[in-house]
Amino acid sequence: MKNYLLPSLRLTLVLIVLFGGLYPLSVFLIGKLAPGHGDGVTIEKNGKVIGFENIGQKFTDDKYFWSRPSAVNYNASGSAGSNKATSNPDYLKDVQARIDTFLKHNPGIQKSDIPSELVTASGSGLDPDISPEGALVQVKRVANARHFSEEKVKELVDKNTQKPLWGIMGPEKVNVLKLNLALDEMK
Amino acid sequence: MTKEIIGIVFMFLITVLLAIPFGKYIAKVFKGEKTVTDFMKPFERLIYKLSGINPEKEMNWKQHLLALLTINMIWFVYAFIMFLIQGSLFLNPDGNPSMTPDLSFNTAISFLVNCNLQDYSGETGVTYLTQLFVITFLMFVSAATAIAGLAVIFRALQDKVTDKLGNYFHYLVISCTRILLPLSILVAVLLAFNGTPTSYAGKSTFLGVQGDTVNVARGPAAGMIAIKHIGTNGGGWFGANSAHPLENPNYFTNVLEMVAQFIVPLALIFALGFYLKKKKLAYVIFGVMTLGFLLLVIPTIYYEIKGSPTIASMGVTQTTGAMEGKEVRFGPAASGYWSILTTVISTGSVNSMHDSSMPVSGLMQLLAMMTNAFYGGCGAGFMNYFIFLIIAVFMSGLMVGRTPEFLGRKIEAKEMKIAAIIALLHPLIILAGTALSTYILSSHGGMGWAVKPSTWLNNPGSHGFSEMLYQYTSCAANNGSGFEGLADNNPWWNISTGFVLILGRYLPIIGPIAIAGIMAQKKYIPEAAGTLRTDTFTFGIVTFGVIAIIAALSFFPALTLGPIAEYFSIY
Repeated sequence: MKNYLLPSLRLTLVLIVLFGGLYPLSVFLIGKLAPGHGDGVTIEKNGKVIGFENIGQKFTDDKYFWSRPSAVNYNASGSAGSNKATSNPDYLKDVQARIDTFLKHNPGIQKSDIPSELVTASGSGLDPDISPEGALVQVKRVANARHFSEEKVKELVDKNTQKPLWGIMGPEKVNVLKLNLALDEMK
Repeated sequence: MTKEIIGIVFMFLITVLLAIPFGKYIAKVFKGEKTVTDFMKPFERLIYKLSGINPEKEMNWKQHLLALLTINMIWFVYAFIMFLIQGSLFLNPDGNPSMTPDLSFNTAISFLVNCNLQDYSGETGVTYLTQLFVITFLMFVSAATAIAGLAVIFRALQDKVTDKLGNYFHYLVISCTRILLPLSILVAVLLAFNGTPTSYAGKSTFLGVQGDTVNVARGPAAGMIAIKHIGTNGGGWFGANSAHPLENPNYFTNVLEMVAQFIVPLALIFALGFYLKKKKLAYVIFGVMTLGFLLLVIPTIYYEIKGSPTIASMGVTQTTGAMEGKEVRFGPAASGYWSILTTVISTGSVNSMHDSSMPVSGLMQLLAMMTNAFYGGCGAGFMNYFIFLIIAVFMSGLMVGRTPEFLGRKIEAKEMKIAAIIALLHPLIILAGTALSTYILSSHGGMGWAVKPSTWLNNPGSHGFSEMLYQYTSCAANNGSGFEGLADNNPWWNISTGFVLILGRYLPIIGPIAIAGIMAQKKYIPEAAGTLRTDTFTFGIVTFGVIAIIAALSFFPALTLGPIAEYFSIY
């Protein structure tokens, strides 16, 4: 063991400098060229940051499209899922309460039209997206709250629906923050 | 849903297609033949010079193990101290605190052994200094530890009698410079251009659209996330791991991270074939592993897409599948696929919360780690499979009445004893740990510990039992994913899993290297008509049978108490 102790120590030092120092530093330098310059891609309004493109925000107002339920209440200084099992009776009560709240705020919507993602918490607690179905089921409420026609709001949802990767892989999705900002822009 | 299925089929096929030429490349690297990365040579010479290492000095298998254990011990001491004092050091823009001793112990071991259990949460539990200079560093070298070990085994299994098996430090360094580092840089850059942060800036605070104060944790994450996958480590920069929208921003990065964590383990299997000039053997091994993988992944994806029966009974629609703990941009198919790939190989990163998976998926995730031999982690995966190969050779030799031989060497009592001990160790540490915890929880739940045992679990009944079983399984398999509802940051869990982690790492590396080293010194018997062939379909099935019997059946009673009982309670 004595034979290997010194070379091991020295090799350790060299590799700490390489992998802890130089490697992330070079990624940092290359990252300067990336969108957001490596600080994360932000969205600004009137010169002020109002959000990160990829970080979901809490929307509870009737005139906005709602994001998914979050186990961390969209506080992105942390991140977590609920870690609730689908067999857990207390968890099922929470889901039931979310369904009831949704129905109360969305009169005229059938329970069977609510996609489950709107009443279940995401993995990160910061999910920026909902499915197109999840947006469409909220169109009526948003249109009423803003006195817009439903067609116009629906068009906006369609315009903000992102296609699967290369058109063939993965789910379609709607970025809730971008959709809501577009909604605020709409006259 | 078709497009989601296309997505996962693509992820699998593209990795296999890339892994074959990459395996050929790895074989050349370990043989010292000419490769495209020879421009790294001056750089490697510099490393050897600074470290005082002679890369030409040959070691026998015992010296290899000694070198491996010595350098790992140094890493442990270094990491343990750093976590203990990180709060008062620099590069800590968010002002995060130092770790408690038990958490330092657990975290140091868990990154040292390539597990990455993470009883802390990335945003609040570590600093940029420890994320980079301890964790990112350990992610490289812990992966290289096992890849270098595998290089020793490759060398030993060649058809010449020798005890000279190359230099361990040399294998360790070239595993980093020729395999892990180039791939990590590539992946890190692609992540950066898809929105993963790379800068050293601290938390961002601003007012959101509805006027709420929003905090967003960030940091130089892209480099760490790259090696976390390339080295099958799995520990996330952020608490939610690859479910976090900065850690895994879109479907493209999801494909990228899937390929990144799968490619090295897969390529190492093909590398075996190229190195030993036994391609057929490698393809049979790949076939057995793929069979096991498909048997685990297909039911998982099916049940995740189908959705939860209890949610269905509430009357909402589940067109997007079971969505609790999942992200919309990945959907149930890619989440289910990830959950199995990350558990068969030892990554343990997650893009959905396994605790909220359907019972069948939880069962499959557990089985993936219990068998721990289908693909497996960087280097360690093949070592686990190697143990089952030895057992399969021995058993089939006995069955057909021939001397058990593998690659021209007799398999005798000594090798078999080592293999049997390693194979049985895995169920022993998992089941003993789970049994002990269950006993404490049920008989001493009110004990006056800081975190009362009765409050450990996030879910009642059989699922709660699964949370404990999953934790020990994940540790023994050096996986690192979790049923994260478990309250694991307290002395009982930090310390007990710490020991399981050490046993689950080093014995399964020592065993195979010892067996291969002993085999290398035995007389080489060329293949003849009477030799039991190990590169055939039939032998592949026998190996699969051995894995199924030893690994899976020993866990059956525990599984019936956990996910199987849960299944029958809700369907």
